[in-house]
Amino acid sequence: MSANLAANMVALRTIARREIVRIIRIWTQTLIPPVITMTLYFVIFGKLVGSRIGTIEHGFSYIQYIVPGLVMMSIINNSYMNISSSFFGAKFQRSVEEMLVAPMSNWTILIGYVIGAVARGLAVGVLVLLVALLFTHLGVAHLLVAVTAVALGATIFALAGFINAIYAKKFDDIALVPTFVIAPLTYLGGVFYSVNMLPAPWRQLSLANPILYMVNAFRFGILGISDVSVWIAYVVMLAFVAVLGAIALLLLHKGVGLRS
Amino acid sequence: MLDSQSSDAVAALEVENLRKTYPNGVEALKGVSLKVAQGDFFALLGPNGAGKSTLIGILSSLVNATSGDARIFGVSVNRQRNEAMKLIGLVPQELNFNQFEKPFDICVNEAGFYGIPRKVAAVRAEKYLNELRLWDKAFHQAREMSGGMKRRLMIARAMMNEPRLLILDEPTAGVDIEIRRSMWHFVTGINAAGTTVILTTHYLEEAEQLCRNIAIIDHGTIVENTAMKSLLAKLDVETFVLDTAGDIAGLPVLEGIVLRKVDGRTLEAEMPRTHDLNSLFAGLSAHGITVTSMRNKTNRLEELFVRLVEGGRNGQGQNGRGAAA
Repeated sequence: MSANLAANMVALRTIARREIVRIIRIWTQTLIPPVITMTLYFVIFGKLVGSRIGTIEHGFSYIQYIVPGLVMMSIINNSYMNISSSFFGAKFQRSVEEMLVAPMSNWTILIGYVIGAVARGLAVGVLVLLVALLFTHLGVAHLLVAVTAVALGATIFALAGFINAIYAKKFDDIALVPTFVIAPLTYLGGVFYSVNMLPAPWRQLSLANPILYMVNAFRFGILGISDVSVWIAYVVMLAFVAVLGAIALLLLHKGVGLRS
Repeated sequence: MLDSQSSDAVAALEVENLRKTYPNGVEALKGVSLKVAQGDFFALLGPNGAGKSTLIGILSSLVNATSGDARIFGVSVNRQRNEAMKLIGLVPQELNFNQFEKPFDICVNEAGFYGIPRKVAAVRAEKYLNELRLWDKAFHQAREMSGGMKRRLMIARAMMNEPRLLILDEPTAGVDIEIRRSMWHFVTGINAAGTTVILTTHYLEEAEQLCRNIAIIDHGTIVENTAMKSLLAKLDVETFVLDTAGDIAGLPVLEGIVLRKVDGRTLEAEMPRTHDLNSLFAGLSAHGITVTSMRNKTNRLEELFVRLVEGGRNGQGQNGRGAAA
């Protein structure tokens, strides 16, 4: 390993470690609220409403059907919020300058933050899944698909959150995207229903929603059912990772919002 | 201590025709060129908005130059940014660490950003936090520290990569005199050990006491760049404040000296630097005025600084004498 690569690996570990320590330090803000929110979803939509719906697809109860979507929803939300608030916080406090002055590559900064965001997303996902098991029983149909789907979903929204934080000038700016973009896309992304239930043209329009592919890939991993081809879901997710990753690196390279 | 280097030795910092124009059209640097020798303790002075922070921003790669280049120990900031940054330690003007982190973690993480393994970083963090008398606060949140402690923490953090060039951008702003002295004790120590130091400050007596060479920047242009001694030698007139033992009845007329009465027991004497002080005391004594204490009205560098900056604004010459004219 070259000296430069070795130094970047130390820097990468430092950023990732710092991000994870931050998540643990403020665990009442980072880990507990999404678990409480999802518990309410399980109680209201899963138990109270869901018990009247009965089975929805392939013999799965409604609560079983919505669990993968709700887990994925928690993962992408927390992944996004972690990176956008942490990186914007660093910009706001100017502590980002510590990293900008240091002799490390832009990809080191990006991957370090993404690791932190994915770690929080996955930690919340595991906690939500554990809570879900209190309400219903679940198996894992395709472990590899389940794991890669959540990892890719978390990565995509971590990258999107990073880009948001780069452009953000005030804290309000990092709350806009989750409220006006992620939440609607999530609710319309097949978390609570199968898009096969929708009439034309809503079904076709739903296929343009990237969250649909993440939710369905994870649902395939857990339940073994999906509204879309899992291969297409992977292509869509990998394409988003590549495009968002390239944009984030380009912005870092140009110093947008970071260097004068 | 590394004193003046031979002319062929690589400079710690060499700035060539550096220009910076911000998108709003403000021309912060108008072709600045500068050389700082290895081992120097160099003062970069200028009024607010003169371009000091922009220059430091470019040296630390936080600001992109419009044109020109800077080399740190011969390494181009433009072309070999990472290599150049390894040589620099930066203490910025504004606090720029995460106030919710602990000083020990801030230092260890800083080292990590420079690729320094955690074990080595932990040893260095203890060393520098101890030297800057912060070890007892090492594991408390940084926001609990006083302003002076936060300033010292930024110095400790800047030392984590053991830089060859330490840039201090107004490190003592708002810090009490005791802490300032302890900070200067530390910085003069590392300079004596070979680290080149560039200091910007508004406390000109600090610059006068600490620095061997000086550049004064105003409106994005270097208006003076010389040895501190040479600059101070340009000061042609000094003003002294004299406290007297009794009430001053009348002022004597002394050749070459302008005397002004400030109050009943205080005089101001303005005289050329070439004039000896003995003639002043003799003249006053002959008129029955006994001097009990004496001090400079203003710091010598401050007086020159004001003349140079004001002289530049009035389109006058760039040396102390011309500017003072």
